Amino acid sequence: MSDGSMTIGAAIAPAGATKRTVQAHGSRRTYSAYALVTPAAVLMLIMLLGPLAGVIALSFTDYQLGAPHFSWIGLSNYQDLFADKVFWTALRNTLAYVVIVVPGAVIAGLAIALLIQSGTSLRSLYRTIYFLPVMATLIAMAVVWEFMLHPQFGLVNGMLRGAGLPAFSWLQDRSTALYALCAIGIWQAVGFNMVLFLAGLVSIPKQLYEAAEIDGASSGWARFRLVTWPMLGPVTTFVVVISGIRSFQVFDTVHVLTKGGPSKSTEVLIHTMYTEGFEFFRSGYAAAITVVFLVFVLLLTLIKSRLADRGVHYT
Amino acid sequence: MSNAHPIPFRAILRHVLLIAGAALMLAPFIWMISTASKPQTEIFSSELHLIPHQFALAENLRDAFARANLLRFLLNGVIVTVSIFVLQVMVALPAAYALAKLRFRGREALFALVLFGILIPPQATAIPVFLMLHKAGLLDSYAALVLPFTISVFGIFLMRQFFKTVPDDLVDAARMDGISEFGIVWRVMLPAAIPAVTAFGIFSVVAHWNDYFWPLIVLNSEQLRTPPLAVAHFRNNEAGTSYGPLMAAAMVIIAPLVIAFLFAQRRFIEGITLTGIK
Repeated sequence: MSDGSMTIGAAIAPAGATKRTVQAHGSRRTYSAYALVTPAAVLMLIMLLGPLAGVIALSFTDYQLGAPHFSWIGLSNYQDLFADKVFWTALRNTLAYVVIVVPGAVIAGLAIALLIQSGTSLRSLYRTIYFLPVMATLIAMAVVWEFMLHPQFGLVNGMLRGAGLPAFSWLQDRSTALYALCAIGIWQAVGFNMVLFLAGLVSIPKQLYEAAEIDGASSGWARFRLVTWPMLGPVTTFVVVISGIRSFQVFDTVHVLTKGGPSKSTEVLIHTMYTEGFEFFRSGYAAAITVVFLVFVLLLTLIKSRLADRGVHYT
Repeated sequence: MSNAHPIPFRAILRHVLLIAGAALMLAPFIWMISTASKPQTEIFSSELHLIPHQFALAENLRDAFARANLLRFLLNGVIVTVSIFVLQVMVALPAAYALAKLRFRGREALFALVLFGILIPPQATAIPVFLMLHKAGLLDSYAALVLPFTISVFGIFLMRQFFKTVPDDLVDAARMDGISEFGIVWRVMLPAAIPAVTAFGIFSVVAHWNDYFWPLIVLNSEQLRTPPLAVAHFRNNEAGTSYGPLMAAAMVIIAPLVIAFLFAQRRFIEGITLTGIK
């Protein structure tokens, strides 16, 4: 970063000839800089920023794939959207999914990280096992879960029956389907959160625990409350927001296992967007759903940066 | 001496809790392997047993490979993820070098755009990118699977942060030797950045091997299917009630990444938690 200014600064002292060559080098280097960033900048425009502007623009049109004409229709898509029961169901289900999966995956991730870190034996074995679901292709594991939740021959109902408890048609019953998807979501996200918490725990200075002990914090809980929890503040915020954004994007398990059913009980935003945009090809309407989704995701990011600023005071 | 007793108790409690949790985490994997090893009659019995009375893994695998062209789908996965990664590096590394080590007008603005780009979730741009590919007649091709991901703003950000830590002396020495700026990227910076490139590579390959949303949108042809699409189709069309072959197919699809992960856990965990920064 600073090398350019340094060489130019150093070149001011010697004679004009060296100065000119350095400047020539400098300008040639500027040209190279533009050459180096051009492919990235162009692709960014075509594949990222352009489409982002495009999706917002599309949401104000009645564009349909294959239709010969389209026109600006202002806020009509949004009016239709807000008048559509399916949209509100999808939004409610998405929020319910987020509200269940985020605390579930964050608390479990933290608990596992604390347990692993509280001893020294078998640390990496446990870490590997808990991380395995993060690695495994979610679609393949969703199919496995579906069979585990099979009403007659599944492992879950088999064990429930064995314990004398009632069995359920998990994914076929509108009162349980969303919760079953939440369970899969938590199962998949826990290991990821655990690893982030482990990194946070390792970076807490040992002296803090010693100091807390001298001050009378002898129980494990007191040490957690006085040292671990405040020191993990920034990491926790981060994990909560990341989990929130990822949960908002839930799609894979819904599409392969329930298609939003039974009777829309697992319909979620991105699935509605997919159905409207890529099955019915109502691009404008699907774009409006995307914009609503974007607003929520950016809101979460905003909350993160706000809290992260505050989190700095702890450390 | 007085606290000799509580320590083993706490250690035992730690293992009990962690093993119980681990059993929950591993249950789907164990059930998958167990079911893939059972003949049809044992799968459809109401009595639960983990170890098959009669091993049928080979039959189920053969059945799965006969019903779906799994090798082709795995190959597609390799072609797509490797192409994406190579192109991402070719685009991101020069830009990251320029952002980290060169001065030019618009640098700060470009970096701000990179940071902004990281916030955009992939689903947000799906409709316009799909329409562009449709206009260009590129839908249902490898290009449709690869092109939208050639730009990784996250990769640019990551490599730029890494290049910042490379000493300027190294770059200056290379310039003294008459190496061009372009040459510096590939002959000086890339070798210095191998750990960061590896981590990014794992992140990228895992993300795109497992991606379902985008291939689902742009693909139609059977012979182009990526592994996740293949499992979904197998479940919808082929499997019906034959869970043995379905579980065997799921095993085949997750095997490459899981095996790679078991061999290089530390690197994989590093690479994937990079998404945390996203």
